[in-house]
Amino acid sequence: MNIAGHPLPQLVDYIRILPEIVLSVFGMIIMLLDPIMDDRANQKILGIIALIGSLAAIAASIYQAQFPGLGFWEMVRVDSFSIFFHVLIAAITAVVILTSYEYMEVQQIRAGEYYALILLGAVGMSLMSSAVELVLIFVALEISSISTYVLAGFRRRAAISSESSVKYFLLGSFATAFFLYGVALMFGATGSTNITVIGDVLSSGDIPVLAYVGIALIFVGLGFKVAAAPFHIWTPDVYEGAPSPIVGFMSTAPKAAVFAVLLRIVFEAHAPGHVWLIWVMAALSMTLGNIGALVQDNVKRLLAYSSIAHAGYLLVAFAALPHDGIPSAMFYTASYAAMNVGAFAIVSHFGGAGERYVTMEDYAGLGRRSPLLALALTIFLLSLIGIPMTGGFFAKFYVFSAALQANLVGLTIIGVLNSAVGAYYYLRIIVVMYMREPRIEAPLPRIPAGLGTAVAISLAATIYLGTLPGRVLEYASQSVADLVR
Amino acid sequence: MNMTDLDGSILSLVTFIPLAGALLLLLFPRRDRDIKVFALVVSLLTFVASLHLPAHFQRGQAAAFQFEHDNIWISSPNIHYHMGVDGISMWLIVLTTFLTPLCVLISWNSIHERVKEFFILLLVLETALIGVFTSLDLFLFYFFWEATLIPMALLIGMYGHGRRVYAAIKFFLYTMIASMFMLAAILWLYARVGSFDFVTVQNAIRDGQVQDFSGAAIWLFLGFFIAFAVKVPLFPFHTWLPDAHVEAPTAGSVLLAGVLLKMGTYGMLRFNLGLFPDQARHNAPWIMILALIGIIYGALVAMVQPNLKKLIAYSSISHLGFVVLGIFSFTQAGLDGATYVMLAHGVSTGGLFMLAGIIYERKHTYDIAEFGGLATPMPRYATFFLFIVLASVGLPLLNGFVGEFLVLSGAFQARAVYGVLGATGVIWSACYLLWMYQRVFFGKVTHPENQSIPDMNLRERAALWPAAAMALVMGVAPLLWLNAIDPSVKNVLAPFAQLASKVGGR
Repeated sequence: MNIAGHPLPQLVDYIRILPEIVLSVFGMIIMLLDPIMDDRANQKILGIIALIGSLAAIAASIYQAQFPGLGFWEMVRVDSFSIFFHVLIAAITAVVILTSYEYMEVQQIRAGEYYALILLGAVGMSLMSSAVELVLIFVALEISSISTYVLAGFRRRAAISSESSVKYFLLGSFATAFFLYGVALMFGATGSTNITVIGDVLSSGDIPVLAYVGIALIFVGLGFKVAAAPFHIWTPDVYEGAPSPIVGFMSTAPKAAVFAVLLRIVFEAHAPGHVWLIWVMAALSMTLGNIGALVQDNVKRLLAYSSIAHAGYLLVAFAALPHDGIPSAMFYTASYAAMNVGAFAIVSHFGGAGERYVTMEDYAGLGRRSPLLALALTIFLLSLIGIPMTGGFFAKFYVFSAALQANLVGLTIIGVLNSAVGAYYYLRIIVVMYMREPRIEAPLPRIPAGLGTAVAISLAATIYLGTLPGRVLEYASQSVADLVR
Repeated sequence: MNMTDLDGSILSLVTFIPLAGALLLLLFPRRDRDIKVFALVVSLLTFVASLHLPAHFQRGQAAAFQFEHDNIWISSPNIHYHMGVDGISMWLIVLTTFLTPLCVLISWNSIHERVKEFFILLLVLETALIGVFTSLDLFLFYFFWEATLIPMALLIGMYGHGRRVYAAIKFFLYTMIASMFMLAAILWLYARVGSFDFVTVQNAIRDGQVQDFSGAAIWLFLGFFIAFAVKVPLFPFHTWLPDAHVEAPTAGSVLLAGVLLKMGTYGMLRFNLGLFPDQARHNAPWIMILALIGIIYGALVAMVQPNLKKLIAYSSISHLGFVVLGIFSFTQAGLDGATYVMLAHGVSTGGLFMLAGIIYERKHTYDIAEFGGLATPMPRYATFFLFIVLASVGLPLLNGFVGEFLVLSGAFQARAVYGVLGATGVIWSACYLLWMYQRVFFGKVTHPENQSIPDMNLRERAALWPAAAMALVMGVAPLLWLNAIDPSVKNVLAPFAQLASKVGGR
């Protein structure tokens, strides 16, 4: 039997979306169990189920690696590139679930749909990294976005959280509309929405003007999602209001997915004129992000601006040649995920009930009040600065050397100067933690097990990427062949 | 263990013993005494291990680097774990391992809070410092170079005096921003050569195999130079130094002046001269002028300092000016002398900072006006102080003399006026140091509470004796050091052969 002339999907097609299936099933199980068990003590069980779900998704992604190729009428493709992002997204999900485990109790938030939304969001993000069809990418982008809109507003008692959610939703919908419009124009220009076909058309000769417009609109939509300037205005407000573990999640996992899409569009679809678009976006993001962060007093807002700056550093890789650009961008997403999820885990713990303690002043003396977490946060911040021995160092290093290989001297200089500026505000946090007297002498609550595990994993990943980056980079380098043919 | 086996791994061993000690310290319970004893043992162990280097260094050999060890660390990009030393870096390593136990001793009672963190930071700093001198891979070098920043900044910021936070941030940002330029230059070289290996890059440049090199060379030279010049610090990049020194705890000052500043001069010697000999020669005139300004300006500012520690800090700027002067004279004598001044300055200025720390522990001030006539209540202290001051002034038969003499003779060979102006620096240093000594120690006790000030105790003497003894030995038997330094300097100067042969031997 055929559907519209296409053969029915085979078993292998389902294996090629196995991680997505696993995540959806676990998400639905949680949704179903939630109403049955409204006893607060049982809510922890949902967290454990969610954790198992994300770990199963990692296993499924690794299993999937044995079945590379196209699936579902050439809409998804499993290759080492997609596996990399699947594992990364599922790992971020697992760590964020661990971070949230005690957070929900401290903030007195009902956990049921929270965990389900994280898992369902991860479905969309995973799908984005394996989709090679612009319409499917759009659907996946919506799945991922809608769950993050809701998650951003999860601190129901805080007005600021609702503001964050609505703002994110309104501006986000606007941005996805741009993306969709761009897809439509691309279809008009090339006669296809399949990335491979588009790539063949665009590399074969005359590029219609429509394609330039289409690419520009797609970049607007995706630029919004990764919080790249000049589409970054929403970021500080949304990050400030959203629950801290969720900020850790949405500043890394959806971004990783969108960067995967961008990599496919830039390098596989041979997006015309992308170098200049990227050049401007990268330079603006780095500069505006760092300058904005300099004057922040709220740690969450500071990290929001820093994430804009990091999107800028990452975009530099997209302007480079594919051979160096792709692996360095992939490495950057991974190490940024490790350090940022870790940092927000600690911010969520320091925040206390209602996330009251999030300003610089509240961080004074934490080096004494909570030595272990302060040390961990210091390492994450040093990694964000890009100090040797941390993942952030090699991430910047690879990106900038890729840019130099492509002779982007100007952009590299802007990037290097920006990282020097960036050092200042990260350092400020370290300084207040260690060199100022605490306002409240009382030691913080004991480090809860889930959070401790989450921080330990992020820390191990940050240091691993900072001392032995070889294996991850080599793996990422294999993906070059998947994208560039 | 077989000695030949040890030769390959000794550098890694010396580099990482302190780090291993720091990691073990993490597990220690907060019993301050145990922590201090353990830190002392670890630093002494490192010192003993580092003595293997001079003991087995092949002095007659022409080979550039010894005790080499080369492994792939990361295959893409092509980063090697390549370590090795020549006669210059070997002695700088020994200087580091020599000063660290003294730092532990001198901090014994002055650190009361967060003792564990203090000694962990000190040991991590030692590893990073040694790593800078052992690295023969540009990447590895940069790695250790930046790694020195964090423990040093934390030492200043957490354990310093009044304006410590300001000083720590200033120190961190100043040196970090400058090293960004070096990173950019390193990356540029890697993009063209495909290797970070010092020797490979050096050969590629020498053989003209680097694309677009002629146009970029001056920028590369400056990229490295600015990072080193800030670290030295060369006038006019010196403003972070007095702040950092005044606020730093004693051990921090000792390592800062003793070793950290030498990272800059070592970097100039190894990289600016080693990789870009042509550019070094073209730019030498203005660099030497800056060095001379540093010598004279540092000395003049030191003269009017009311603060003991700031005075020593400015004297460092002056002395490090000699080192830069010697390096950019491109003469055998000048470079031998520059290296020797680095070592001598490490010992004597390290000693001066320890002595300043001892009086601070008693008086909680560095203000020279608060002292006066201290020779009466503190005869031992006064003796040590005089000895180290004389070493620092450059009295013959003490360590300062040898290096400065060699540097000045090198500078004379390069251009007489440089030598003449440089020589005034020696006079200036005698002025400000001896005048300071007179104000602190001679005459009647000006402040009655200083009558009963206790003299140095056994632990403090244990910290100062090695420094004083070393100052004497280095002054009497400089050949012990120079016979390893000399051949290495010849290697460094090989590209400058035509210039060197013109001026003849030392």
